[in-house]
Amino acid sequence: MSWFRDFFLPMQGTSHAVAVDNLFMFIVFLNIGFFLLIAGLIGVFVLRYRRKSANDRTPNITHHLGLELTWSIIPLLLCLVVFFWGFKDYMTATVAPGDALEISLTGEKWIWTFEYPDGMRSLGELYVPAGKPVKLIMQSKDVLHSFFIPNFRIKMDVLPNRYTEQWFQSNIPGEYQVQCTEYCGKGHSGMNAKIVVMSQTQYEDYLQNGPPNLRTMPLAELGALLYESRGCATCHSLNGVKGQGPTWKGSYGNMRKMTDGRDMMMDENYIRTSILQPQSMVVSGFEGIMPTYQGLLRDREILALIEFIKKQK
Amino acid sequence: MATTSTPVTHHGGHHAAHASFLEDPQHRGLMSWLTTVDHKRIGLMYLWSVLTAFLLGGLFALALRLELLTPKEDFMTAETYNKVFTLHGAVMVFLFIIPAIPAALGNFVLPLMLGAKDVAFPRLNLASYYVYMTGAIMALTAILTGGIDTGWTFYTPYSTTTGGAVTLMTFSVFVLGFSSIFTGINFVATVHKLRAPGMGWFDLPLFVWGTYATAIIQVLATPVLAITLLLLAFERMFQIGIFDAKLGGDPVLFQHFFWFYSHPAVYIMILPGMAIISEIIPTFSKKHIFGYRAIAFSSVAIALISFIVWGHHMFTSGQSQLAAVIFSFLTFLVAIPSGIKVFNWVATMYRGSIALDTPMLYAISFLLLFTIGGLTGIFLGALSVDIHLHDTYFIVAHFHYVMMGGTVIAFLAGVHYWWPKMFGRMYNETWARIGCILVFFGFNITFLNQFAMGAKGMPRRYYSYLDQFQGNHIGSTVGSWVLALGLFIAAGVLLASLRKKYDAPDNPWGSKTMEWETQSPPITHNFPNNPVMQHGPYDYNAPSVRREA
Ligand code: HEC
Ligand SMILES: [Cu+2]
Repeated sequence: MSWFRDFFLPMQGTSHAVAVDNLFMFIVFLNIGFFLLIAGLIGVFVLRYRRKSANDRTPNITHHLGLELTWSIIPLLLCLVVFFWGFKDYMTATVAPGDALEISLTGEKWIWTFEYPDGMRSLGELYVPAGKPVKLIMQSKDVLHSFFIPNFRIKMDVLPNRYTEQWFQSNIPGEYQVQCTEYCGKGHSGMNAKIVVMSQTQYEDYLQNGPPNLRTMPLAELGALLYESRGCATCHSLNGVKGQGPTWKGSYGNMRKMTDGRDMMMDENYIRTSILQPQSMVVSGFEGIMPTYQGLLRDREILALIEFIKKQK
Repeated sequence: MATTSTPVTHHGGHHAAHASFLEDPQHRGLMSWLTTVDHKRIGLMYLWSVLTAFLLGGLFALALRLELLTPKEDFMTAETYNKVFTLHGAVMVFLFIIPAIPAALGNFVLPLMLGAKDVAFPRLNLASYYVYMTGAIMALTAILTGGIDTGWTFYTPYSTTTGGAVTLMTFSVFVLGFSSIFTGINFVATVHKLRAPGMGWFDLPLFVWGTYATAIIQVLATPVLAITLLLLAFERMFQIGIFDAKLGGDPVLFQHFFWFYSHPAVYIMILPGMAIISEIIPTFSKKHIFGYRAIAFSSVAIALISFIVWGHHMFTSGQSQLAAVIFSFLTFLVAIPSGIKVFNWVATMYRGSIALDTPMLYAISFLLLFTIGGLTGIFLGALSVDIHLHDTYFIVAHFHYVMMGGTVIAFLAGVHYWWPKMFGRMYNETWARIGCILVFFGFNITFLNQFAMGAKGMPRRYYSYLDQFQGNHIGSTVGSWVLALGLFIAAGVLLASLRKKYDAPDNPWGSKTMEWETQSPPITHNFPNNPVMQHGPYDYNAPSVRREA
């Protein structure tokens, strides 16, 4: 029957997902059963009791207590089963085990930032060890967001005035998609993140040296990747269209005016400062809304982005 | 689908004994309409207004679906898309669905069903229409001056911080709320005071019970929305700090307030739809409604329980686990009365004499679609499953099955059912049925796809999306075209009938409720002489014997 489940639901990344899916599929069968019952009865009645003439006589049936009790009580009992089932799995999903790895998560328009216990931060990508419970302690810097991991069957709103939590434990290494599910404006659709579940040794290595696959990648290619994954793409276009921020097309080597009147040349130093201290020079015609990437990008990553920007002729 | 039922009439065809309310010589010209206190004329003015809103909201929907044909930006930017989906929701909910059945059809039919000359407060009725128009014009102004991008739910703190005409829009919805309250008060008083001699509570047609239950919710719940929106507007204008976390407020409080109204509002929208179905099925089955009291009481039960389930919109909002569990439990309770009604309607058809005229076809589509809408609600009441499905397309599909597959289809059923009474003309039956069938299939293609992608994790309110969802999005968009085609055919068929001379019999469907006892269209004072209750509204077997209640 797993093909049938896969028809409805995304791949299962946790044992909680398996529990949720069991109830989901139970309700699917309930739905199909009741729908066929209702639709079947309607079909049969329409065929059998089609009007033959305007003078058709019909029996005077007004009610039937036994029947009415039956179709009230059976659905009620089924509903109670579903209620308790959903309640049970909900409680296990909301109460995190005490030994969980705690990671704090900040949502802001339109990026997710994760902070590890040792202070390392990561943007849009969360690397976690397999087989260990992970608890996210979440807050928002601006409006509401919601952190949704379809493969884990969990989501929780992220609020500006209060911490919310959710936890998961995945035993299956792999990459899992995260999407924002509380409407938050322009960049809502692009407010994605990725969760990478890795073995314990890979995880320790990651903590030391950053994501393994990126270490050897050519700079410009890495830059292109970061452009998407670090959210630059939400504000900077490559095709000349002005977005939230200036386009990168043909920008390298040009002069630009700052709001404070200075003229700056788009060179390597300027780009580096723009990334690390965006507020120190704001291009005129734009608002100073670019977040700082201080502590979020490793040195090689900044070089990669510079290389990538250079390539946008 | 080839048989047409032979109309059963009391008087054997139409005979214009008196001038109808449409061309009453004492009430002629535009001014006579604008200043009318005749519930029928007010009902028709509402009808044209809500249909305009429906057209507008529908065009927005088509634009959204078109943008979603491909995963990337096509012809709308994110900002435009956000405004358009907000308008689609706000226009459909506040300008169309909420007033559609009570204010348009209810206004026309309710007094006739009771054998009354008018509603209890005819001037209040006219006032409600002008309040509605004021609200509509404010909404239009808000759209034209900057638009709004908050979603129809106006969630804080997004709504207190975003630009655009949010304040004006909230005032517009505030004003629209009052029109809804006025209608509600009027109906409650009318049902209590103006029933024909001999008509007890259990002789009321179920349409009256349904609208009555709705009216109670309108009167009790709408003020909460009004207060909430006022607070929101104040928050925006004066930075008070009720909802905005930066000022020490609590954004989730807004959600509690909002859903305290908007959940009952779901029933403001669906109860009248159920009420229409409860009329059409007996008429076209020529049979007594099954379980009259069960249906009547379940309307009232739904109205009451609907006030204590609002938290099921907020399972992921950070509300306490205990609250979530209680709301989940109550949600299952409110599901039961709706289920009971479906069984009752189906049982009514058992051993009936079923004619598949257009209103009945719509009623059957309602039964199927509303059943799907209700059954899929079970997924959402279950806590663990809802956490996965919340704010995905699964939700979008679910409430469209209830609101559109339920209420709007019932509204269309009602329009086709009472059209001959309202305008004195029969429409082309074949084309009307073709419209109905296209609507049914188009609707299912549109929204079954949305269930599928929602369960897979496609979030709502996205103008661009991951490639994996494109198949379902294409299906959904194509479905929306079929749906639109069906609706345009239905509109064309109805409008075309208006060019004919009066040809509708008094009682084309052979119904037993009182509105069919007067001529089509009725005279200004509804009945030539005060009608007296002769038989129950569903006494298809004992035409002249009074039912013992
Ligand atoms: C929230 C939107 C936003 C995001 C995300 C963003 N930027 Fe920016 N960026 C801006 C804005 C607005 C400006 C112009 C104002 C300023 O100079 O601060 C800008 C300016 C720049 C400039 C100077 C451009 C010029 O033409 O003078 C560079 C370089 C830059 N950003 C790089 C990046 C990189 C690299 C990333 C991703 C790691 C990024 N930005 C992410 C909004 C953003
Ligand atoms: Cu968000």
